[in-house]
Amino acid sequence: LFYRYRDLAPQLVPLDYTDKPDVTLPYELIGSMPELKDNPFRQRIAEVFSANGDGNMTLDDFLDMFSVLSEMAPRDLKAYYAFKIYDFNNDDYICKSDLEKTVNKLTRNELTPEEVSLVCEKVIYEADADNDGKLSLEDFQHMIIRAPDFLSTFHIRI
Amino acid sequence: KDNEEEESKEEESCSHQNRPSRRKNHQRENSSGEKAGVEGNRQRERGKKAPTKDQKESENKEKKTNKKGKDEENKQKTDRKNSSSSASSTSSDEESLSEEELAMLMEQVEQKKKLISTMRNKPWRMVKKLSVLREAQAFVEKFEGALGKGKGKKLYAYKMMMAKKWVKFKRDFDNFKTQCIPWEMKIKEVESHFGSSVASYFIFLRWMYGVNLVLFGLIFGLVIIPEVLMGMPYGSMPRKTVPRAEQATAMDFSVLWDFEGYIKYSALFYGYYNNQRTIGWLKYRLPMAYFMVGISVFGYSLMVVIRSMARNANESTADGDDKNFIFSWKMFTSWDYLIGNPETADNKFASITTSFKESIVDEQESNKDENIHLRRFLRVLANVLIICCLCGSGYLIYFVVKRSQTFSKMQNVGWYERNEVEIVMSLLGMFCPPLFETIAALENYHPRIGLKWQLGRIFALFLGNLYTFLLALMDDVNEKLAEEDLVKNITHWALLSYHNSSVENGSAATSPPLDPADVPRGPCWETTVGIEFVRLTVSDILVTYITILVGDFIRACFVRFVNYCWCWDLEAGFPSYAEFDISGNVLGLVFNQGMIWMGSFYAPGLVGINVLRLLTSMYFQCWAVMSSNVPHERVFKASKSNNFYMGLLLLILFLSLLPVAYTIMSLPPSFDCGPFSGKKRMYDVIQETIELDFPLFVAKIFSYVANPGLIIPAILLMVLAIYYLNAVAEAYQRANAELKKKMQMQREEEKNKRNNKASTNPMLQDLEDLFTPSTKRESAPKQAEDKKVESPNRTIPVEKQGKAAALDGSPMMGGRGAAFTPPPHVFMTQPPMLGIRMPYPGQLRPRGHLPGPVPGWGRGQ
Repeated sequence: LFYRYRDLAPQLVPLDYTDKPDVTLPYELIGSMPELKDNPFRQRIAEVFSANGDGNMTLDDFLDMFSVLSEMAPRDLKAYYAFKIYDFNNDDYICKSDLEKTVNKLTRNELTPEEVSLVCEKVIYEADADNDGKLSLEDFQHMIIRAPDFLSTFHIRI
Repeated sequence: KDNEEEESKEEESCSHQNRPSRRKNHQRENSSGEKAGVEGNRQRERGKKAPTKDQKESENKEKKTNKKGKDEENKQKTDRKNSSSSASSTSSDEESLSEEELAMLMEQVEQKKKLISTMRNKPWRMVKKLSVLREAQAFVEKFEGALGKGKGKKLYAYKMMMAKKWVKFKRDFDNFKTQCIPWEMKIKEVESHFGSSVASYFIFLRWMYGVNLVLFGLIFGLVIIPEVLMGMPYGSMPRKTVPRAEQATAMDFSVLWDFEGYIKYSALFYGYYNNQRTIGWLKYRLPMAYFMVGISVFGYSLMVVIRSMARNANESTADGDDKNFIFSWKMFTSWDYLIGNPETADNKFASITTSFKESIVDEQESNKDENIHLRRFLRVLANVLIICCLCGSGYLIYFVVKRSQTFSKMQNVGWYERNEVEIVMSLLGMFCPPLFETIAALENYHPRIGLKWQLGRIFALFLGNLYTFLLALMDDVNEKLAEEDLVKNITHWALLSYHNSSVENGSAATSPPLDPADVPRGPCWETTVGIEFVRLTVSDILVTYITILVGDFIRACFVRFVNYCWCWDLEAGFPSYAEFDISGNVLGLVFNQGMIWMGSFYAPGLVGINVLRLLTSMYFQCWAVMSSNVPHERVFKASKSNNFYMGLLLLILFLSLLPVAYTIMSLPPSFDCGPFSGKKRMYDVIQETIELDFPLFVAKIFSYVANPGLIIPAILLMVLAIYYLNAVAEAYQRANAELKKKMQMQREEEKNKRNNKASTNPMLQDLEDLFTPSTKRESAPKQAEDKKVESPNRTIPVEKQGKAAALDGSPMMGGRGAAFTPPPHVFMTQPPMLGIRMPYPGQLRPRGHLPGPVPGWGRGQ
């Protein structure tokens, strides 16, 4: 894994990590990795796992990201990070605008606005348990734990 | 798994490199130089913990002996604690013999150990994880030695060290095992292009390969090798030699291809094996081994399949709430993160869009006004048609097998006549499934249900075919048995007449000096059966490969190159590129395995052929998929169907066990070939072994155990146990459903409370009316909290308070505000996970991510 990280920018990343260099790779390099480049959520993933929220990742962040996205990560952990990824405005709730952004990213803007709005309303109706019009972490976890293929789709093999 | 392994390697290497640096930090912080010396020692020798610990302990002992009393020691300890309180806890260096402290220490060590083992699951950042891990490891390392008492200390430390080494060894072994898994990169490539569903086929194939490899190892090592190495060589016995009549053509390729000739009389088939009780200097009991290996093949396969099913069942959690979260799941779980290829990504976007549109349409049209009667009629019609097809195909096979029997009696048979059975079966397997699919269009089912029906029908087709084939084969076998009696008589007479003549001549020879090739041979029905299975398997392999080659590759070439000069767009229109037929391939694999299981008792070499087949299949199909298939248009859910395939495999295992068990139990083995020749029944070999090889009491034990009086109660007991376990499982399921219903009801209640105020508590209603808008804002978060805690009772006394305050007028506003603040604190003393979030959202965020995750994650627990 370290070599994958290094391969992204061999001139920036030293081979020797004993003196804990503070090396951060910019988002563009991370986003161009073959595992991530086709993912519509790659920007959000990088932002969530980077230390300061701007998408630039150190080796530790990189490790973090791939360990959560690996096969062996427990379901709750994945659900927690999935929630953060889909929360575009970082307000600890997935509100309607977050949902709209998600749908548009998923369908590449092919649905009409009415369809998008219908989908978002349905999602809130289905998953919102405390009726505040947006999804909290608990709602999200409660919903995603039941999903049969969450574990297999929220997984990157590296 | 690679990721985990590499991550752990990385972590270890990181921590290894970082540890000395961290220790150096500690060193600087430590106040006493002696401590620093000890720490420095420890740095340099990471692996040699024991000696340094001993060293440290001896040093500490010295310190202790210098002290006067326990009190002073404790005081010293607390002094040291205070002095090093500025440093982290790992740098404190004390030793205590008092009981409570020891217990506390032990508890702390246990805590740290637990922390280390669950570290992976915590949702912290990697930096934090690494630092906490190092801290905990250092702590544990330090104090473990201290926990032993007196002389036992060294032994304790030694035991600890061994335990740690053992853990490390296990982890390294696990990493090694992960590395050994073959074809990981290939599967990843397929996965990134085609998604997780197609890759699941290849993972299944790899698993099958593993199982077959083990079976092959068993059979090869325990049956074939001993016979080849220690048994009589080729040509020494009648059963091992090609009969004189056939010798002329024995080497011809066409004969070899039919598995006659030299191949028939080789270790690949049952007939080669000698029935000598023991062979070679090892006194290896071959017939016994043959029998036991045959049984253990089934036993091992059964165990492996059931273990895999149990594991799958564990992983799939509640599957009740299917209807409730359709849109949510579509939104959050439809994107497959494994996709790493733009073409596939395009496809995925398109399929997601289509899927959303479909669901929207479904949602928009409410109860469709459909004609139930018409639909039912169509479904019945479709089923009738399909049953006709199945019966037709069954009869066709039977007819063809019968014909092949008459053919075998004829003299010159063409290639077609000889292979007619296999060809017909393969053709049926190729054309019937699409036929079923077109008929199934009449039924108009939901696609997933339609798929299950389709799989079920194809399964029935293959089953019917297989069993018809077997029945025809049984006829053949019976015929051969009758023939055998004849030959036996002939041989008997020949021997007799020769004996008489030799007596007349006065020669002392008792056995006719006949060349083994000339001895009249009985028809060896087991070998015939084995040959039939091998031929079927080989033809199946060939047909599969040719289908892939023609159906996928040639088609792709055609579409690609002829498209330039064709009227309509070949790529979008009719032939276009093929999609990978997952279900067809998986079923093919399952049935192939069934045939292997059936045939392996009579043809030990069959498993070897299958291993080769699976190996080449892996590479060939990977190549074919990558080069000539396109990703699916519709999403095929990989997770749920896995147990379905395992279930099919299990069914096939049982079905293939039946014929073999029947033949073992009730048919007499051939008199002149195979390891059981000369016995009345094949299982007599067990009896023989018990009587002759084991001491007497074992035979007695077995005879008691085999007593029906013991077996029948045992079977009854097992049946009762199954019934009991079933009842328990049902009870759990019912309890589960009840709980789900309760949760559902509660959720609905809350929703109703919000949406439909008329149904709520009238007192609450009054209070709400009394409140001014500003207080309503305050009450909203509190009420939301109430819902979370699920104790509506609490709101009433509080709100009564509030009401009382309100009635007093505005001066009490402050009081009411005060009245509102205590409740949140009350809630906070409960499981903190629920209470913290709501009232103080503003406070949480500045603290950053770190404390946030813990309550959130705790909730997940």
